[in-house]
Amino acid sequence: MINSKHPRILRGLPLAAAALLSGCQGGILDPKGQIAADEKSLIITATVLMLLVVVPVILMTLGFAWKYRAGNKSAAYDPKWSHSGKIEAVVWIIPIIIVSFLAVITWNSTHKLDPYRPLDSDKKPITIQVVSLDWKWLFIYPELNIASVNQLAFPANTPVNFKITSDAAMNSFFIPQLGGQIYSMAGMQTKLHLIANEPGSYDGMSANYSGAGFSGMKFKAIATASPAEFDAWVKQVRSGKPLDPTSYAQLLNPSENNPVQHFSSVTPGLFYGVLNKYMAGHQTAMEAGLSPIQLAALTKSLCKTPVVKE
Amino acid sequence: MLLGKLTLDAIPFHEPIIMGALSGAGLMGLAVIAAITKFGKWGYLWKEWLTSVDHKKIGVMYIIVALVMLLRGFADAAMMRTQLAMATNGHLGIFPPEHYDQIFTAHGVIMIIFMAMPFMTGLMNIVVPLQIGARDVAFPFLNSLSFWLLVAAAALVNLSLGVGEFARTGWVAYPPLSELAYSPGVGVDYYIWALQISGIGTTLTAINFLVTILKMRTPGMKLMQMPIFTWTCTWANVLIVTSFPILTGALAMLTLDRYLDFHFFTSEAGGNPMMYLNLFWAWGHPEVYILVLPAFGIFSEVVSTFAGKRLFGHTSMIIASGVISVLGFMVWLHHFFTMGSGANVNAFFGIATMVISVPTGVKLFNWLFTIYRGRLRFTSPVLWTLGFMVTFSIGGMTGVLMAVPGADFVLHNSLFLIAHFHNTIIGGAVFGYLAGFVFWFPKAFGFKLDERLGKAAFWFWQTGFYFAFVPLYILGFMGMTRRLNHTDNPLWTPWLYAACIGAVLIALGIGCQLLQIVVSLRNRKQLADVTGDPWNAHTLEWSTSSPPPFYNFAKLPQVHDIDAFTDMKEKGVAYQVPQQYAPIHMPKNTAAGVYIGGFTLVCGFALIWHIWWLAIVGLIGIIGSMLARAYDNDIDYYVQPDEIEAIERERFEKMGIDFDRYDERDQGTARPRPAKTLEQV
Repeated sequence: MINSKHPRILRGLPLAAAALLSGCQGGILDPKGQIAADEKSLIITATVLMLLVVVPVILMTLGFAWKYRAGNKSAAYDPKWSHSGKIEAVVWIIPIIIVSFLAVITWNSTHKLDPYRPLDSDKKPITIQVVSLDWKWLFIYPELNIASVNQLAFPANTPVNFKITSDAAMNSFFIPQLGGQIYSMAGMQTKLHLIANEPGSYDGMSANYSGAGFSGMKFKAIATASPAEFDAWVKQVRSGKPLDPTSYAQLLNPSENNPVQHFSSVTPGLFYGVLNKYMAGHQTAMEAGLSPIQLAALTKSLCKTPVVKE
Repeated sequence: MLLGKLTLDAIPFHEPIIMGALSGAGLMGLAVIAAITKFGKWGYLWKEWLTSVDHKKIGVMYIIVALVMLLRGFADAAMMRTQLAMATNGHLGIFPPEHYDQIFTAHGVIMIIFMAMPFMTGLMNIVVPLQIGARDVAFPFLNSLSFWLLVAAAALVNLSLGVGEFARTGWVAYPPLSELAYSPGVGVDYYIWALQISGIGTTLTAINFLVTILKMRTPGMKLMQMPIFTWTCTWANVLIVTSFPILTGALAMLTLDRYLDFHFFTSEAGGNPMMYLNLFWAWGHPEVYILVLPAFGIFSEVVSTFAGKRLFGHTSMIIASGVISVLGFMVWLHHFFTMGSGANVNAFFGIATMVISVPTGVKLFNWLFTIYRGRLRFTSPVLWTLGFMVTFSIGGMTGVLMAVPGADFVLHNSLFLIAHFHNTIIGGAVFGYLAGFVFWFPKAFGFKLDERLGKAAFWFWQTGFYFAFVPLYILGFMGMTRRLNHTDNPLWTPWLYAACIGAVLIALGIGCQLLQIVVSLRNRKQLADVTGDPWNAHTLEWSTSSPPPFYNFAKLPQVHDIDAFTDMKEKGVAYQVPQQYAPIHMPKNTAAGVYIGGFTLVCGFALIWHIWWLAIVGLIGIIGSMLARAYDNDIDYYVQPDEIEAIERERFEKMGIDFDRYDERDQGTARPRPAKTLEQV
């Protein structure tokens, strides 16, 4: 059939290609949201630009080494030749040109993909407050007054504003198929703006090592196909128990591979109470919509030592 | 409590893997001790090596430590690859997180601080004074002290294997994870004191070598005529003296947090962990240039030597290294683009990072044009160099890619990042050191290494590298993050297997290198280097015998050219017997470094376990030894001309040069004698 010297290799090629393509499934080269898609094309553009220098350098290395091998007496030999203004100029200028192009791309893309920049959309964004705990993720929906652990849902094509903090070591909030990550740090609030343009269930994780249970610190980010589907999810969440200082104290107990949990309601300002545990600030109270005294009381209730579940 | 936190529970009797490793190491140690005792070599070892202040012997000892720690660090790597190949699809592998997390932390710390740094320092010790025509470093005792501080620190890291635990924080030890609240055990304390002690040793070494390079060059050697390896080491040392104090400070603050309830980096009470990240990387980024710049120097020496050609763009190389050093200090923030700095800050640091690729690219082109119109001999150092040029180009590219913040947001903390820095540190620094090891081995020991095994080692390392790390690039794209203990994505599994095969290939490479040393030792007669110049090289270290006499140069060479020794060979003055020898001022060996290192080890161990009385004993010992050394006036002597003549006579006679023909003592007043070169013999 295939009349080649290397039929085995030829037959293997489509298989290898298929393996490579399927390999992209689920990773950052298989984006499902605008941010992730932009980040993917940025990676490809930058790589192609750099290959313009890297490929010639690799070919020249192999070519020069072979041509000027000691055994090749027909090649020129010029042991004292060690300077050429022209070559020096070229080898400085070519990398400078490539880097200049990259610099412009970097400046523009860094501003465009700034995780703090709200996304342009005619849909009203949904806000989700994220708290990394030992070793699970707590998601609070302040507008819906619900919360969940290790599961996250939002309608597709709706911008999501994440406000992120930690009540444990530093973690990194990452949903590879939707876009870049951002650190979660105790006493600090970081922000991330993402959107899913296709419905689906995407892997989310902590990308920054945070201790023994870190490998199991995973969650699913569900982009629902329709508002109705999202409402159904919300309804399901509302069937859980309330999240108050007592149940929060239970969450503070370190746990590994924590199952999904749903909370029907959330003590108002809980996210800010968590922030306030480490870094007292007037700003936090205002953002939380609480008076400083109310926030202080809430914070105090959240600092209770964890209660071990019976 | 008399023993602080130390109890019998600190020894992991219940961990079969650790106990196995410990008993293996213990048996090997016993075997070495027994062998030394049997051959009655303790006195020799103590007098000629352990208390030596000779830069060449200290360099050799550094490299021995580096090779031992390479085996330890590689064992960690092998365990990690095994774990990740086994712990897929619901299996948990062989190492639970509390053990595995120590392994990857130890792997990083050991490979960078206790393998790469001593390897680099060792080569620098052996070569730099010889390249600049000096008889030793500026402060020979300080050099010995630096080495023994490193040994104390390395001993602490290895002790943590059997007594207590090592840090479970990753090699960066970010707070608040590394603070008492999250890491109450002694692991982080082992980390802190091991890094602190070795860091002080490194800083002292850098000061020592900067003074040596600036003050002790042989007559005629201008700064811009220094060999390129010496130049890249100079830049590396400038980086060390500027960046290591930052690490010292950051670790000191973390120590205060952990020991005295300070709050520099804690989450609460006004502490700020972000400060630690900034300080750590303000040291950590220059650190990678500290590792790679000397390797660049080695590649330059190797290429120009084996191409039989002058290095292309010597000045350009010096400037490029300088630009890399300066810029390397201004890019630390690219290690945490994802911490939430604004777009302007991220873009600035991203672009500053890419600018570094310009001088690095220039270096690659300079090596290319050194090969151009040369006569390249494919020895194993050349193979390492060519392998480096191809591999490092890829590593540089992935590095620039991650310097683009928008790309870094998805690549950060992924296996892509792991692949990138192994690509630059193995494909850059380690390949360089291994090239330098083969290249300068005959200089240090007087015989060459077996080439066949050397080349086999290269090919195993090179293919092993690609097998081990290309899968990690792919896994990074597939969304696999670093420091995972187990995975459950079936698509990742084949790549994890491939990476494991890569580790096996690299293990074969290391095996070839160990075998290479044994075989070469056995065949040392056939592999002997009589001339001192086995490769027909360019620089001064090759103008003296192999191994060089303890005073390096009987008469300080006069330099007229960048390739000083090539110049001497061309003028026919390379193997001249001097008219007369003058007494040489040399330092005496001293045990002070060993004692201070020993007391530092005691003090460090006591601080880790909160055994305060022992810490005080250690501290008093350190100060006492220092004072004893400071009041010791019997620290130097003069080598007399007749002893020098006897040594030189032996060397020249081995080379077949008639020493006595020139043995008329005319007190140097007569005209210069016609030079006698090897070619005339």
